[in-house]
Amino acid sequence: MKALILVGGYGTRLRPLTLSVPKPLVEFANKPILLHQVEALVKAGVDHVILAVSYMSDLLEREMRVQEERLGIKISLSHEKEPLGTAGPLALARELLTDNDEPFFVLNSDVICDFPFEDMLKFHKHHGREGTISLRAVRLQPARSPTSAVCSQVTKVEEPSKYGVVVYEAENGRIHRFVEKPQVFVSNKINAGMYIFSPSMLKRIQLRPTSIEKEIFPLMAEENHLYAMELQGFWMDIGQPKDFLTGMCMYLQSVRQTAPDRLTTGTGFLGNVLVDPTAVIGQNCTIGPNVTIGAGVVLEDGVRIKRCTVLKGSRVRSHSWLESCIVGWSSSVGQWVRMENVTVLGEDVIVNDELYLNGANVLPHKSITDSVPEPRIIM
Amino acid sequence: MLKAVILIGGPQKGTRFRPLSFEVPKPLFPVAGVPMLQHHIEACAKVPNMKEILLIGFYQSNEELTRFMISAQQEFKISIRYLQEYAALGTGGGIYHFRDQILSGGPEAFFIMNADVCSEFPLCEMLHFQKEHGDPSSLVILGTTANRKQSMNYGCIVENQETNEVLHYVEKPSTFVSDIINCGIYLFTPEIFQHIGAVFQKNQQDMLLYPYEGDDLTNGNGWHRAEAIRLEQDIFTALAGQGKLYVYKTPAFWSQIKSAGSAIYASRLYLNQYHKTHKERLATNKDGGPRISGNVYVHPTANIDPTAVLGPNVSIGTGVTIGAGVRVRESIILHGATLQDHSCVLNCIVGWDSSVGKWARVEGTPSDPNPNDPYAKIDSETLFRDGKLTPSITILGCNVTIPAEVIILNSIVLPHKDLNRSFKNQIIL
Repeated sequence: MKALILVGGYGTRLRPLTLSVPKPLVEFANKPILLHQVEALVKAGVDHVILAVSYMSDLLEREMRVQEERLGIKISLSHEKEPLGTAGPLALARELLTDNDEPFFVLNSDVICDFPFEDMLKFHKHHGREGTISLRAVRLQPARSPTSAVCSQVTKVEEPSKYGVVVYEAENGRIHRFVEKPQVFVSNKINAGMYIFSPSMLKRIQLRPTSIEKEIFPLMAEENHLYAMELQGFWMDIGQPKDFLTGMCMYLQSVRQTAPDRLTTGTGFLGNVLVDPTAVIGQNCTIGPNVTIGAGVVLEDGVRIKRCTVLKGSRVRSHSWLESCIVGWSSSVGQWVRMENVTVLGEDVIVNDELYLNGANVLPHKSITDSVPEPRIIM
Repeated sequence: MLKAVILIGGPQKGTRFRPLSFEVPKPLFPVAGVPMLQHHIEACAKVPNMKEILLIGFYQSNEELTRFMISAQQEFKISIRYLQEYAALGTGGGIYHFRDQILSGGPEAFFIMNADVCSEFPLCEMLHFQKEHGDPSSLVILGTTANRKQSMNYGCIVENQETNEVLHYVEKPSTFVSDIINCGIYLFTPEIFQHIGAVFQKNQQDMLLYPYEGDDLTNGNGWHRAEAIRLEQDIFTALAGQGKLYVYKTPAFWSQIKSAGSAIYASRLYLNQYHKTHKERLATNKDGGPRISGNVYVHPTANIDPTAVLGPNVSIGTGVTIGAGVRVRESIILHGATLQDHSCVLNCIVGWDSSVGKWARVEGTPSDPNPNDPYAKIDSETLFRDGKLTPSITILGCNVTIPAEVIILNSIVLPHKDLNRSFKNQIIL
């Protein structure tokens, strides 16, 4: 079976991390984002993964060779030289996707969840139509109106302009309507960015910039060829640092439920904490909840870390305090440093002792010598 | 014989020193480990023939002041007395009111010093200068050089460069007059009282002629208006250019102590001076002791973990407890305070008996003068600018509790507050 993963381009929303490493290779919970998806696909029977990229990276190509060996599958790269939207890349990979009659997966590369690929496949084969999309339900929040009773019944989707919204029959999963970015309330079921298609569906897509949500799905829905399956468990688009950290918390919670032995517990560890075996942690530290510590990381004595990802090879020096941060590969955080509010350090950043970073977004190879008391970007 | 008079002001003065001045009269606030006044007294006690030090102010006599004077008398073996004004009489009015006390015993000269200055106190040099400069009854003002822009915040002195006579004196001019400023330290002879007396007479006459005209010094209470006299505006301005008033310029360190930020700057100046005058007051790196960087004062009763790092410019008061891995820099920690493990205290005054929780960060912004300008003085910053609190030294009043893991940045916390979250750029009542 095949899978097409829409990797896209420069991953600009996850800068500064993606200035050093292509987004699929950024480690999420100590494993490259892409690998979370690929390993789950392999488990569901996929033996050929196609990465749709708009920017070719040597690093990505090389790493994919390594994973091919390791997982015993084939990985191809489909390179779009001009922007093709969200459906175009499927047309570009048409040859690869249609060499047999098996359905194929399509995923957005930023999605992290309890990948239900086996269930989706079963469901798709059961209904026998051209497309299955996964759905997530969003919690509705009452509109915050300070004044009158008139507005008390108005409800609002998380971010109505952001998503594709689905109206469907819950009993059999048939989708009646697919509305991209609705202006008024339609439904609280949202496209979760993971699909299965039968190869015949590719006839609908031409090789030009095409939006799958605006142009393809609505038609498929009308023709009763689009079915939906609701996701259980967590879901997050981790394409930007704030959401990356939220997704990390959800993922760690899911690990606690499914494989708690992977987490580190004991004195000095609170809540869900994932620590690479090669990391070194000093005395009198308090780590967690919701922390991921990468390979070769050194945490010196008296460090307090909460809700952070510390990437490979970094060092956090003694008595520092970090909350809601991402520390980039090989960075060094000085002594008595305080970092908070989604501070992101790119690769090889040095933060001097005794500084305060509040929402600082620091590009790679920078030395920070002054505090950043209000959120800003440090180039 | 000689005497010294230290003008210590009163509770209505020194409001820029709140909330620290709620607990202790500003002149007794510890700077570089000892009360502000003690630096003056130590300097006076070193002058040969100094027989008595008089403190003039309008604080009600209180326990701390009394205790301080008693212990200072014992330590320095010199008579120290407090003369309490019945009302704020100004820098000239106070000494005029107590002129008999000042002149008793027949001193040939006496120093007048403001309590809220930090200085090397070159008193012997001033005496020498007075003798050398012709008229032995001349009045000497200690002056120092400021940069042009800042000079207008002080009393400005125009001098005759050859004779050092003061030709012109203006207090806080609105345009540039001179870069030589008044340090608030004077050497007078008994003759000064004639000059003050003349102003006093004139004031009384004016009062009779214009009984309802306001005078900001006494809030319109006319009864003692005549007695409120300011040395600077009323006396020096009049005496300038008459061959009576001279300025002795010193290159030595000098600073006003008006705000909490300037207390930290003054601490730095005095701690640095300890290398020459009181080496025993500077902490050193010892086995089992904390790591000391730069000039640090630690009271012997303080309890400090060996993994703490202190300095530069840190004063630790009596009975302070400092936990493991604590970092303190450019700060004053007042007695009884506790800094728990891994906390970080920078540019801050931590009040008596306050407590800073684990991993908390308490940080202020220094208001130091520009280090590249040798004549720059500390800014007398206003508390607010453009409607926002100016970033300044963080002050924790007495008995304030800072919880673990929070940040308190550029804030002032009034006494007896228990905080429960982070604060930035705020005054917390």
